Amino acid sequence: MSAQGEMPTRSLREQLDVRPGDDAHLVLRRATVLDPAAGIDAIHDVVVREGKIVSLASPGEADTEGAEVVEAEGLHAFPAFFDPHVHLRTPGHEHKEDVETGTRAAAAGGYCGILAMANTEPPVSTAADVSALREQARAGASVPVGFLATVTKEMAGKELTEMVELREAGALGFSDDGLPITDAGVMRRALQYQHLCGGNIALHEEDPRLSMGGAMHEGPVSAVLGIGGIPSVSESTMVARDAAIAAHESARIHVQHLSAAESVEIVRAAKAAGVQISAEASPHHLCLTDEEVRSLDPHRFKMNPPIRETRDRQALIEGLRDGSVECIATDHAPHQPEEKDVPFEQAAFGVTGLETAFAALHTELVLPGVIDLGLLVERMGGGAEPFDLPRPTLAPGAEANVVLCDLEAEWTVGEDGYESRSANSWCAGRTLTGRVLMTVAAGQVAYRLRSFSLGVAA
Amino acid sequence: MNHLLSIEQLSREEIEAILDRAESFAEVGRRDIKKVPTLRGRTVVSLFYESSTRTSSSFDLAAKRLSADLVSVKAAGSSVEKGESLKDTVATLSAYDPAAIVIRHPYAGAALMVAGWTAASVVNAGDGKHEHPSQALLDVYTLRRRLGSLEGLRIWIVGDVLHSRVARSNLIAFAKMGAKVTVCGPPTLIPRGIEALGCEVSYTLDGVEEADVVYALRMQKERMSESFVPSLREYASSFQIDTRRLNPRQLLMHPGPVNRGVELSGEAIDSPQSLIAEQVAAGLVVRMAILYELLAGGDASSPSAEGESSRPTPIGTSA
Repeated sequence: MSAQGEMPTRSLREQLDVRPGDDAHLVLRRATVLDPAAGIDAIHDVVVREGKIVSLASPGEADTEGAEVVEAEGLHAFPAFFDPHVHLRTPGHEHKEDVETGTRAAAAGGYCGILAMANTEPPVSTAADVSALREQARAGASVPVGFLATVTKEMAGKELTEMVELREAGALGFSDDGLPITDAGVMRRALQYQHLCGGNIALHEEDPRLSMGGAMHEGPVSAVLGIGGIPSVSESTMVARDAAIAAHESARIHVQHLSAAESVEIVRAAKAAGVQISAEASPHHLCLTDEEVRSLDPHRFKMNPPIRETRDRQALIEGLRDGSVECIATDHAPHQPEEKDVPFEQAAFGVTGLETAFAALHTELVLPGVIDLGLLVERMGGGAEPFDLPRPTLAPGAEANVVLCDLEAEWTVGEDGYESRSANSWCAGRTLTGRVLMTVAAGQVAYRLRSFSLGVAA
Repeated sequence: MNHLLSIEQLSREEIEAILDRAESFAEVGRRDIKKVPTLRGRTVVSLFYESSTRTSSSFDLAAKRLSADLVSVKAAGSSVEKGESLKDTVATLSAYDPAAIVIRHPYAGAALMVAGWTAASVVNAGDGKHEHPSQALLDVYTLRRRLGSLEGLRIWIVGDVLHSRVARSNLIAFAKMGAKVTVCGPPTLIPRGIEALGCEVSYTLDGVEEADVVYALRMQKERMSESFVPSLREYASSFQIDTRRLNPRQLLMHPGPVNRGVELSGEAIDSPQSLIAEQVAAGLVVRMAILYELLAGGDASSPSAEGESSRPTPIGTSA
């Protein structure tokens, strides 16, 4: 590894917006360091100076002069995570979340960067909207935030936004997430126009005529509950359509929150055929099935796309393994109790996920041996590159984006409240194993678990 | 048993206990004074978010026959129209300290949620397309009275299964009582995966002659505009139960209200094989039994504790 790095891409701090703070000077002593993408897997002193990783020293041998020392023996240091799919709810729904609370939740989950969706009220459709949000992030974001703008004006699915101007204002990419772009002609124009404006287009894939107002996965459980079903083909047909249009236009798409086995298969085949397509899966789709909906609890189990059957969950896991799904994205979707304290079919779609993603996946997939820890860490950072951002790394020379975890710590989700303004966590009440103790994002300390920092002081 | 939220929650023994209790109330119904003092001084709230004739009137009358004070709230004309949430409405009504809340709501799981918000016993009088347990109990009661037992019976449920809470609850109840159930209807109106409930599926009436009981469901006119069926005429020609399709050995049931000439021919409704009027009559005694089991059933001494002369003969003490 060259010390004076060839860091080809600019840092997260340069490309995203974050509240300015002090550069970290830290030594994580004797940490178990794991960064599979950079080929790092050993015990080191992780030395952070002026917000950069300056070296991975032999354990116990780093020069600690002028640096805070964190005794990290038995703890794990990973590249901090990147979430390409977060709903910060501002403007318009600040009672659910805002830049400050949402990025605090991200920091608590070990994230060093997030992308905010544009389906706000009003939607982020103009350069002025983007500029205002960027300013808010520079004033109050704990971790760097990038903002997507809508593909179509007011998310109506009819006319394209001024995508060039939006990009000049700093929109990281485009998405009408929350709603699909049903008109294939509009989709095609957007992908043609991408050759001018650049920026990836993130897609919520759903055919509303097949969803028919459904509220959960269509299958034996929906048949029993008498709740309208959202069939798998509602998603997979749209993924297939857009993969075909992207191929035809030599354009690039990112498929959001894959939920159905058929969709994974289509993405896999499209990748094999050379289509520029990336895909994400959400922790709840990787951990849960529609059996949970038998509880009729909308707080934890109502989201769109819905949690589906075991075969779908297995297909998503297989997609993580073979790279068909390159990243994990939470689709963090905060809602207030009054939007969830209603019968299942009437409740708002969406669950929060930032604060629990790593711990949940560690508990549900890594500990039982379904996937290994390295793969989880790799996929938790996989959401940056599809949006032309640098993958967080612990390689010396890089901007410091580090998460320190105790993989043995058990905690019960929600018992100490949430950093998020909303409590609709799909993990609420679960006991998880693995806890984020500290997050360094874009060279700044963004989060410390209170009990952990007290322990350090003592 | 604190609540009656679904048929799924009940064991066969619990179903039988309610039906035995209903038999005792049938005896009371033949007396001149049809009222018993069991629930005197206790309050029953009936909260209906959907229109209903049979279910709401029979629950109301059941509560009155048991001497409860009844508060009957319909969504139309209440604060629900002013935008009050279900949770707030339940909190308001719970301030009267009701012993039971009987709720009908257009969405699945409403009764279950209400049970989490109130100290009262909750009776699900229909939640969306999910369950309608009191209907299933009265249907089992009706069949049991006529045939003695459902064990080994072949029952066909015919029509719009997709949108029917009656179909779901009855399918489960009939199967629990030992019957073999087939659901039958156009493929657009049979939910994908319904076999998981342990029934057979048929997309035509071919083979219906094997059925001991044909249970027809209401076919709503709206379903045509949503392309579930091309026309009521085509639906009727494929699925209407008439006296030619019904053989004299078979019994006919329907939860009401009937669309004459759509799912059933007028002749079939009025035929001696039809149990439709008996179903309605069963509704009252079964709903009395449900309220009794929930509010007084746990206390074996409660009817006699009232010290009144017109109490029912206690039959089958329930757990």
